[in-house]
Amino acid sequence: MCFAEAHPGEDTSSGVLALKKEEMYYIGVDIGSTSAKTAVLDENKNILDLFVQPTGWSSVDTAEAIGKKLRDKGFPPEEGRTVSTGYGRVAVPFSDKTVTEITCHAKGASAIFGTDELMVIDIGGQDTKVILIENGFVKDFVMNDKCSAGTGRFLEVMAGTLALRPDELCTLAASGGNTSISSLCTVFAESEVISLIGKGEKKENIAFGVVDSIVRKVAVQATRMLSPEKSVVLTGGLCECDYICDALGKELKTEVKTDPRARYAGAIGAAILAM
Amino acid sequence: MSDYVKMWEDLGMDLETHDALCQVLPTAFGDVYLSQENRPEGMGFWDFVVSEIHGIRPAELIEAQKNGQKVFGTFCVYVPDEVVIAANGIVTGLCGGSQFWVPGGEKVLPKNTCPLIKASVGARLDRTCPFFRIADMYVGETTCDGKKKAYEILAEDVPVHVMDMPQMKRAEDYDKWAHEIEKFAGVVEGLTGNKVTPEKLNEAIKIVNNKRKALKRVYDARKADKLPISGKDALLMMQIAFFDDPVRCAEMCNKLADELDQRIKDGVSVFPEGTKRILLTGTPLAIPNWKLHHIIETSGAAVVCEEMCTGTRYFENLVDETQTTLEGQYKALTDRYMKNNCACFTPNTGRIDDIIRLAKEYKVDGVIDVNLKFCSIYDTEGFFVERALKEAGIPVLGIETDYTDSDAEQLKTRIEAFVEMLG
Repeated sequence: MCFAEAHPGEDTSSGVLALKKEEMYYIGVDIGSTSAKTAVLDENKNILDLFVQPTGWSSVDTAEAIGKKLRDKGFPPEEGRTVSTGYGRVAVPFSDKTVTEITCHAKGASAIFGTDELMVIDIGGQDTKVILIENGFVKDFVMNDKCSAGTGRFLEVMAGTLALRPDELCTLAASGGNTSISSLCTVFAESEVISLIGKGEKKENIAFGVVDSIVRKVAVQATRMLSPEKSVVLTGGLCECDYICDALGKELKTEVKTDPRARYAGAIGAAILAM
Repeated sequence: MSDYVKMWEDLGMDLETHDALCQVLPTAFGDVYLSQENRPEGMGFWDFVVSEIHGIRPAELIEAQKNGQKVFGTFCVYVPDEVVIAANGIVTGLCGGSQFWVPGGEKVLPKNTCPLIKASVGARLDRTCPFFRIADMYVGETTCDGKKKAYEILAEDVPVHVMDMPQMKRAEDYDKWAHEIEKFAGVVEGLTGNKVTPEKLNEAIKIVNNKRKALKRVYDARKADKLPISGKDALLMMQIAFFDDPVRCAEMCNKLADELDQRIKDGVSVFPEGTKRILLTGTPLAIPNWKLHHIIETSGAAVVCEEMCTGTRYFENLVDETQTTLEGQYKALTDRYMKNNCACFTPNTGRIDDIIRLAKEYKVDGVIDVNLKFCSIYDTEGFFVERALKEAGIPVLGIETDYTDSDAEQLKTRIEAFVEMLG
């Protein structure tokens, strides 16, 4: 596994240079509820390209935009092999196969973190998954997909109420404390946040309460699968926020690792499954 | 189903609302059932019954009532059909399995009541199901708190007799259930005007045993490596068994089983090789609730067995046919019905044993533990079910759902992921 030279970003064009003309490449497209992630790997699982874009209101349009971007970057999907995943997986016209995000996340996380024994916590836009991986295969999983509590969407709504970007809210939360949001429902939690604002509560304390609510909700799900011999990793859109990792680690009483490429875990896994 | 308008009118049904239900059912049935390939020919009978679901059997029941017979509507596999049949009465199931009836139930019940109870109450109060109109008496049972209280509400609209179910399986609980059956016989005699005699009861025991044997034959065919029938079709047979005449039910099931046995000999399967075999366990799937079977069977897996009231709990274990006194027969009935393992009992370790046994008998790759939303007893018991299966090395997926389609896509993802996990 050679992941060291890869740099995730909005637009990486180095991939084109790295690829010799006759070499095969594999594409993973992960169309999530909030953002669509794409990974291109060569046959040695080296990352040739990673890019992300908002899913927008139409998975079909997003998939087409991804197809165009891939062609522009010199990876026409017609000449590679593509696996699509995520809730918009069926909307990708150039996909050779669809695989669920559970299986893809497991494959991708194993590759990124270089181990076949781990527990993946994925905080997505509209759901939260906890996946137990044994020998590189999914052994068990739980999903919260009926309620926005503990998801990225919850954080987004609260950030909006506080006039912050989600990443700003996470950073600010680190310096706050002593506030709790008790409602699990996003709509009611928003009212709670508004009344805290009304009471003049400090922004960092409210941010702390918001993140704490997510962490506690996710931890309840994760605790059921926790085992001492498995490392715990965080994937999904919130993995770039150190504070969430730290707070999750504290709640689970174990280290929670992450990686800048972890938000691409589903796409990377899909590309590996295309091989 | 237009020929039955007069009948529905006479039953005091809300025709306009009922029409809306009649319009959606054929499409749903077409999408879920008729789209399947290579179905057994024997399923033609059940397809026909569904096409006339609110017509043909209700018309039979009304005809029987004209000849003096009484119809008893039931909601639970613990209510002994034998006693009703012995008094020349007719039993029909009444459980509601459609979201269509749920809002009607929510008018009088708390929102956090299970959809089965809400649908059943809604079907009665909104007057949109002929079976709920035809039944001369509803027979309830104290299996769960939601049902107990719902029967009180229904009793304001229709005669209801509630059987007091034991919640444990000690010797005194068996005595209590035998006593409840005897009391029920008295109620049935009162309504029908017919005496329950040992001869009549013995005949009835044989009729219902034959139906159980026939249903079991179809289930046994699902143990074959090459599946001769889809889970969906087997479920339909099971759901309609609650409504049909028991003798005809046995005849049709036996015919279907003959065809399935031949298919097994010929190596005919309705699924490609390597299809993952799933055992469903949990709360019942009342007609027309085909949601999970449809999702599973369009996600690369097949349902091979249901450890449910609409499944093995309905036909496993026979009643002893050798008793010659009512006392002995009531005891024999008690012994059979108390072998059922419902989550309303504490403890209920027998169900865990059943699930593990069935998982082996039907050679399943994984188990899906399904819980109707707000059914707290099955939900809580899921803890033991899932732990026992994991200990036995059998993969298990827990699912909570209701009658709406709002979670269909999420369920599809989970179930597809589970099937991928099975390898």
